[in-house]
Amino acid sequence: MLVRPKPGILDPQGKAVENSLRHLGFTVDGARVGRLVDLEVEASDPEQARAEVERMCAELLANPLIESYEIELREDA
Amino acid sequence: MSEAQRPRIAVLVFPGSNDDRDAALALEALGAEPVLVWHADRDLPEVGAVVLPGGFSYGDYLRAGAIARFSPAMRAVADFAAEGGPVLGICNGFQVLCEAGLLPGALRPNESLSFVCRDVALRVERTETPFLARCEVGQRLTIPVKHGEGCFFADADLLAALDEAGQIVLRYDEVNPNGSIDDIAGVVNQEGNIMGLMPHPEHAVDQLLGSTDGAFILNGLVEAARERLLAPTV
Repeated sequence: MLVRPKPGILDPQGKAVENSLRHLGFTVDGARVGRLVDLEVEASDPEQARAEVERMCAELLANPLIESYEIELREDA
Repeated sequence: MSEAQRPRIAVLVFPGSNDDRDAALALEALGAEPVLVWHADRDLPEVGAVVLPGGFSYGDYLRAGAIARFSPAMRAVADFAAEGGPVLGICNGFQVLCEAGLLPGALRPNESLSFVCRDVALRVERTETPFLARCEVGQRLTIPVKHGEGCFFADADLLAALDEAGQIVLRYDEVNPNGSIDDIAGVVNQEGNIMGLMPHPEHAVDQLLGSTDGAFILNGLVEAARERLLAPTV
C-alpha cells in the first residue's frame, strides 16, 4: 500500500527533495514524499485481502487526517 | 506531608521515552509523588493524574506516536481519561494522544525540517482546564521546545470547531518554531481534562535552567490530581 501526504498538506520532506533536485539542475514542479508498505497477507480471495488491508490502513498504517492511501493487490501463487 | 497532600501521578514509560525521569523529578519538586508506569502494564496504580512524557517512543516509526498508542497501558489511560481523570501529554506524549484519538489534530514534521531546541514564548488563550487554571488569559510563559515533529495540523473544519469550542489553549507568541497552523502550541479535548502541548514544562521548573514558568502548568496538574484523590468515591 502507498501512503501519501494529502494534497494541500505541507510536506517539508518533499520540499527538501524538490530543492535538492533543482540544485542538481533538474527541472521539477513539485515533489511529495510518501511511504510504501509491502504486506504479505493470506486470504481466500482478493476482496477479502483488500478488506483486511483497508482495516490495517484505517487502524494504523495511515492517519486519515493528513494522509491518503492506495492499495494494490498482487497475487502470489 | 501526608500521602493525600502528596498526590500520586503516573508517568508512562514507553520504549524510547527520554523525558520520563525529568517529568518525575519536576513533579516531585512540585509536591507530587510520581510513579513510573511501564507501557506494557495493563492497569494504572491508584493515581490522581497521568503524564505522557516526551521522547521518541518506538523510534517514531511510521508516524510519531502511532505505535505507542497500542501499548496496553494506553487502554488504561483512555479509561482513566473517560472517567474525567486529568491527562497531560508533553511533546511525544502529545503526539501519542493525537494518534490515539484522545486529542484532535495531528503533528507533522517541522516546516523547517530542522529539529528545534530553544526557549519559546507561549500565550495562554484559555484557562478553563485544570492545567492552566493557575494562569491568566494573555499571560506569557517562557518554556523550551525540542522536537522535529511539532507542526500541529487540523483541516479548516476541525480548526474552526476547535476555535469555537475553546480547545486551543496555548499559542506560540512572536516566534512559531515549527510552522504549526494558527501558531497552535497546545490543545485540550472538549471536556478539558486532557491537554497536549509541544513545549516541555518539566524543563522549566528550576531557576537554574532559566525559567520556572513550566510550574504554572505542572502545579495545575498536581492540584487537579490532589483534588481527584481527595474527592469521595461514588
